[in-house]
Amino acid sequence: MSVSLPRDFWTRNETLVAGVIVLFGIMATLSDPRFFTITTVSDLLRASIVIGILAVGAMLVLVSGGIDVSFTAIAVFAMYSSTVLFLAVWPEAPWPVIFAASVLFGALLGAFNGFFIAVLGLPTLIVTLGTLSIFRGFLLTFVGSQRISALPPSMRDFSRGVLARGTTEAGNFYSIPWAALALLFVIVLTWFILRKTMLGRSIYAIGGSVESARRIGINVKWTQFFVYVYVGALAGLAGIIYGSVGRMADPFSLVGLELSVIAAVVLGGARLIGGYGTLTGTLLGVALIVIVQNSLIVVGIPTTWQSVTIGVLILLGTGLPAYRAKRAAARSG
Amino acid sequence: MSSDHDTAFIDLRAITKRYSGVTALDSVDFTVQPGEAVCLAGENGSGKSTLIKIISGVEPATEGVVRIAGKEHPVLNPRISAAAGVMVIFQDFSLFPNLSVAENIAFATQLARHERFYKTRAARDIARAALERIGVEIDLDARVETLPVAQKQLVAICRALASKARLIIMDEPTTALTEKEVRRLKSIIRMLKDEGVAVIFVSHKLAEVLEVSERVVVLRNGRKVAEGPASEFDTQSLTFHMTGREVPEMPPSEVVAGSATLMEVEGLTKRGSFFDITFELKAGEVLGITGLLGSGRTSVAKALFGLVVPDAGRITVDGRTVPTGDPQASSRARIGYVPEDRLTEGLFLSQSILRNVAVGRLDAHTRRGFLDMGGLMQEATEWLQRLRVRAPDVTAPVQSLSGGNQQRVALARWLSRAPRVLILNGPSVGVDVGSKADIHDIIRDLASRGIGIIVISDDLPELLATCHRILVMRSGRIIDALEGRTVTQDDLAQRLAS
Repeated sequence: MSVSLPRDFWTRNETLVAGVIVLFGIMATLSDPRFFTITTVSDLLRASIVIGILAVGAMLVLVSGGIDVSFTAIAVFAMYSSTVLFLAVWPEAPWPVIFAASVLFGALLGAFNGFFIAVLGLPTLIVTLGTLSIFRGFLLTFVGSQRISALPPSMRDFSRGVLARGTTEAGNFYSIPWAALALLFVIVLTWFILRKTMLGRSIYAIGGSVESARRIGINVKWTQFFVYVYVGALAGLAGIIYGSVGRMADPFSLVGLELSVIAAVVLGGARLIGGYGTLTGTLLGVALIVIVQNSLIVVGIPTTWQSVTIGVLILLGTGLPAYRAKRAAARSG
Repeated sequence: MSSDHDTAFIDLRAITKRYSGVTALDSVDFTVQPGEAVCLAGENGSGKSTLIKIISGVEPATEGVVRIAGKEHPVLNPRISAAAGVMVIFQDFSLFPNLSVAENIAFATQLARHERFYKTRAARDIARAALERIGVEIDLDARVETLPVAQKQLVAICRALASKARLIIMDEPTTALTEKEVRRLKSIIRMLKDEGVAVIFVSHKLAEVLEVSERVVVLRNGRKVAEGPASEFDTQSLTFHMTGREVPEMPPSEVVAGSATLMEVEGLTKRGSFFDITFELKAGEVLGITGLLGSGRTSVAKALFGLVVPDAGRITVDGRTVPTGDPQASSRARIGYVPEDRLTEGLFLSQSILRNVAVGRLDAHTRRGFLDMGGLMQEATEWLQRLRVRAPDVTAPVQSLSGGNQQRVALARWLSRAPRVLILNGPSVGVDVGSKADIHDIIRDLASRGIGIIVISDDLPELLATCHRILVMRSGRIIDALEGRTVTQDDLAQRLAS
């Protein structure tokens, strides 16, 4: 295998998004030389962890030809419920146990989505819009609506754990938390599933054509069910990390973030019709969204313009390739 | 006879299939020998799809015995059938547009091996072996969506071969292919037969595959009405057996001498697509425009109705210039366009038949901004009757109709607007033989009423049966203008391909 650029390298969304990020980096460094430092990079990385894990899940759903808007509700439900549970029965539990519980909660709620979508065959947007409200309402009504800042001590320990820390020569502090390893783990695991297992290839296949998948004997129901359980589990993980790192279990948090996450995934080249989406693209999309949310101010764009900027990026980033495809089709037609 | 049954790969005896009281197949015997190619002919509703569903295990037979490779199968499902080597290539090929050629070919094989892990190299080896077997080169890494139709079909054939196919069933294999591609398909079929792979062609358009077939089986209304060596059939006898009546194709009557010129096209050009298209159309004339896929015929058809914006050129109707590139202006000039792919371009499939016809006449039945629903629906009903649309219920969705009847609904919509010029792009693509002859009748009838008709098609018999004049296009230019009455099919085929 020779190391050459893929044929469509220059027309891919990934290239476009990477280009925008580099351009932004150059502009930001020019207007403020302090931008391009390890401090900024570690800040952005920290901000990317939760969105990144959620985005990987959302990407998987888009690839399978569906859409999930309930994963933020699953994340906050799993995080808050497992925190409440362990505070009540075993406050001294080590953090891996609490994390495992949250992942399990998430997987169960994902299975709930999976039942309606894979087994009953209902439309994914309708189902997850419904479960978004149900999960959130159930959480606030039956589990609790109080913010909890007295978390189990092991969760605080987790948030203090760092892979690397230090102070730059200019005196700026930086640190990379343990949570970054969780994102890395999710990326590697998902990469393996998507690229190296028949299950992963089946996810792409049913996103390409459900009917064809059925005809060659792919177990469509099981594949879809897996997707929603996996997304639920990732949401559970993202939720508990969010709670731990923020040192607060807030039942009102996270919900509302789902559109930003889906925006990141779509920016990275995943298509809403299914069948298309890469991890590289998704992570670049996340990076771009996080940069816009955190560093827009550096290049002199007021923070209030954040959502406008994200909207423009989505229109350009996804509209441009779509427009080009349409032009190409018109020329050949 | 018994020895035939013993050696057969597929051996169906006295198969009957009933769906809630309706008999779709009535005691049909059907055998396919290894390495044999069989044409299964029949109109829509004749039972040929049902027969295929029974062989491929999608539907169980109500009565009768199914044997595959000598083994009786009282219970059959798609997996068992596929494991025995029966592969169906559907008209849409059932490929994954987003995956690579290699993966499309290898996917089913790897699934059948119950592999858990996807091995890229193994997939490429499987795909390469299958492509080499039919002697075709296609980039293994290309995404299937980027391939032309003919190559997609080859990928589907390779997928069947990779899955150890012993019988390949091809549904309408030649519909979307050019003559050259059909020739290549035929040589591949011959090679497969030499290797002992049997083939069943299911088609309305069988003339093209007759010469590579040993046997023809014709179904009509669920019964086997004819069977015999392929050499004993030709297009006409096939049509007779399929429809149960002779469908004589009358050449068009002469254009009334001294008819006025209706439409003039001058120097119509679109860079990279077509150049200097110039012709005129008389009232009551049927003009054919033909050419291979990619010759620009479809772009010209669209440009005539304003769906493609030309760079230069002029279109006039009755001496008045029609602005180009504006479908609404064309429509006001009473040009009608019935698209090639009526399924995606022309009709609202889930809407009722009546609404589909009526939508073209909304403006004519509007009074002070309000719609006269009664008048609109009455007019639509009249047109459906005039065009003999066979529909149990005009409020049923269009998608419940057969291809031929859908095409008539599309026609009815345009005819209700009393067009002067009617452009028909592939008027009988995907339509069965009986409906095709009816549609040709309608075309001749409309012309005799003074409508100018442009037929865009690569179906040569169709052109000869309907057109007064035929323009041949190649690489975007008109290279020949022929008289419909004097030109022969062979001559036309040669001019197209040369």
